[in-house]
Amino acid sequence: MNDFNEIKDTLVNLDEQRLLQLVKNALENGIPAGDILNKGLIAGMDIVGEKMENEDMFIPEVLMAAQIMGKGVEILKPLLGAEETSSRGSVLIGTVKGDLHDIGKNLVAMMMESAGLVVHNLGVDIAPEEFVRMIKEKNANILCLSALLTTTMPMMKQTIDAVVESGLRDQVKIMVGGAPVTQAFADDIGADAFASDAGSAAKGAKALIN
Amino acid sequence: MFQVIGERINTSRKKVQAAVADRDAEYIREDVKKQQEAGADFIDVNAGARIGHEKEDMKWLLNTIQPVAIVPLCLDSPDPAILEMAYDMVDRTPMINSISLEKDRFDTMMPFLKGKECKIVALCMEDDGMPLSSDDIVARAQKLVKELESIGLKQDDIYIDPLVQPISTDSTKGNMVLDAVRQIKKQYPKVHITGGLSNISYGLPERKIINRTFVTLMMDAGMDSAIIDPLDSKIMATIRTADMLLGRDNFCMTYLKGVRSGVIKS
Repeated sequence: MNDFNEIKDTLVNLDEQRLLQLVKNALENGIPAGDILNKGLIAGMDIVGEKMENEDMFIPEVLMAAQIMGKGVEILKPLLGAEETSSRGSVLIGTVKGDLHDIGKNLVAMMMESAGLVVHNLGVDIAPEEFVRMIKEKNANILCLSALLTTTMPMMKQTIDAVVESGLRDQVKIMVGGAPVTQAFADDIGADAFASDAGSAAKGAKALIN
Repeated sequence: MFQVIGERINTSRKKVQAAVADRDAEYIREDVKKQQEAGADFIDVNAGARIGHEKEDMKWLLNTIQPVAIVPLCLDSPDPAILEMAYDMVDRTPMINSISLEKDRFDTMMPFLKGKECKIVALCMEDDGMPLSSDDIVARAQKLVKELESIGLKQDDIYIDPLVQPISTDSTKGNMVLDAVRQIKKQYPKVHITGGLSNISYGLPERKIINRTFVTLMMDAGMDSAIIDPLDSKIMATIRTADMLLGRDNFCMTYLKGVRSGVIKS
């Protein structure tokens, strides 16, 4: 199997049994685990992300796809080299201080993981200093901020300012999102990117580090 | 009878924001009149979307709306200073939207509410985050009722919002809130239950049928009010029909009125 279309299609069609079988077959046929991961599973989730953006697939289906993909990754894990499991990039994601909403953020985190990024989900109500501390600790190169209230959106700017003050601004690309957030707002506060849904967020993150 | 809190005067709605920015009083008044004609029991007023302008926007909206309001207003803001200003401006006893158990909000709202005459929307939200189980929701509701009663509010003044969460992320979220509502109403029969109806369908297609069906399940569980669009005739029809089915419409009068006026259709 030189193109991985069957794996991608089977993942997009949410056929767990068939997908896991295809992954095993691929390994038996000597296909490198890293290729199965990148060109099959991750590439399949990229398609799921696009379909989500286009509203051809919906949240429960995306969750199911991520779950199936995770099982596929479990099969591959023992055979994956260290470089293959990690860095396409290290992402920090959290909801800003004063805001407790997390559903969208968690979907974004999941889609980014499925896209092959290492993701540290800090949770909700995260203070600017905490984000800064974690950028250093996890050596992150992408920072994702989420807010669902117009009243907590200004905290996004405060967080970015804190990153600038700490001297870490050049180390991270900053992406923002959340229902009331717009591209214009993102530009205003000095973010590098804005995403309106989990699918485009994962795509956008990969674009930022390439 | 189910109480409708009309949600349309909210600056997060495109046309309303434009009207507020342009100070188009006619537009706002027309909208309020239509909501009232459609059966709104409260008119929610939220000026929060234009960052940095909330105070003047809220002032302007209240001055614009009051001359044509025939029902109480629901003053909607996360900022107690705005609520304080708004409270002093209204003619009729308002509903205040809202208080929660989040420390900052709770600590500022409790002194604000003490001694005031109002209805209060109380969100089952705590600093830990979203509730994770029916028991979680019920425990938070109990805390809210206890605290609000301690500053002189009556159970009939309290509108608990159990925080409906999307079913798309977890298929137990529907039953979780339905069970919580049943338990809360059992323990506090006089307390009201309220909330928005669109969170349940977030992330799924054909949201309106989900919202409409969910409101009937919630009404059976004990929900007796909601923040909705009174001009959405399908959801209003669903609510009036459910009210009748639950025995709250003598001689099915309101239902028949609704059919004759064309609002209620199969």
